[in-house]
Amino acid sequence: MSDTYFYIFAALTVGSALAVVFNKNAVAAALAFLFSLCGVAGLFLQLDAQLLAILLVLVYAGAVVALFLFIIMLLDMQGGERKPFKKVTIFASTIAGALLLLGVYSFAKRPELTQFPAAGQASNLLLDLKFYGAQLFTTYLLPVQVVGFLLLISMLGVIVLSKKFEGLEDVK
Amino acid sequence: MNIGLNHFIVLSALLFAIGFFGVLLRKNTLVIYMCLELMLVASTLALVAFSRFNGTLDGNVFVFFILTVAAAEVAVGLAIIVALFRRRQTVQVEELNALKN
Repeated sequence: MSDTYFYIFAALTVGSALAVVFNKNAVAAALAFLFSLCGVAGLFLQLDAQLLAILLVLVYAGAVVALFLFIIMLLDMQGGERKPFKKVTIFASTIAGALLLLGVYSFAKRPELTQFPAAGQASNLLLDLKFYGAQLFTTYLLPVQVVGFLLLISMLGVIVLSKKFEGLEDVK
Repeated sequence: MNIGLNHFIVLSALLFAIGFFGVLLRKNTLVIYMCLELMLVASTLALVAFSRFNGTLDGNVFVFFILTVAAAEVAVGLAIIVALFRRRQTVQVEELNALKN
């Protein structure tokens, strides 16, 4: 049962990720990205990370993909014909891709590390939430503060970036 | 056959590789950015899997922070892309070569 669950969501994730890469249309790519994120959320559920699955759907699928779609439609870019790749680019990409695939292969060929432990008592969502709250307010208090400051700074940065700059000449 | 840690790690590496290929192959800045996000999600999947099989929840808390930072990053990145488009009227990477030479 859990095997089928894993394979269904893995297929959904990988298939949609391939669709993100190979789809010509940017809107369709964004929607495929959404499906891929839903697949990852399903895998998080199988890994007993219910809170993270919910957060992934809320933050990524809800906010980030909506922002992407908004920007894609705002810019309204048309496809246009693409120039062919340069020879050196093709050479470098082939080597980089081969190395990466070799990495995947080496992971796949490794002997099994551990078996799936039976779902422990930590899989209870309420206990999970309690644990998160306790951790965030004790061990990880400083990172929480830093991340809050980061969010503030990024908000200010976006406001400044979105302003019109009058005196700047165009860079060609 | 039981699903082990290896399955999740291989899946995560595969997702990362697909995102990497997307960054290499695509010419549209927005789609490149989407593929970067895909790579980030792949790494979070590996973190959650490690944390689950290690029996602790520290990795999950780490992913929590990664999600927060990713949200801030997307907002800033898309604002930069919009500012770029406003100035250059394009988001195709082959035309954005002002830093070349």
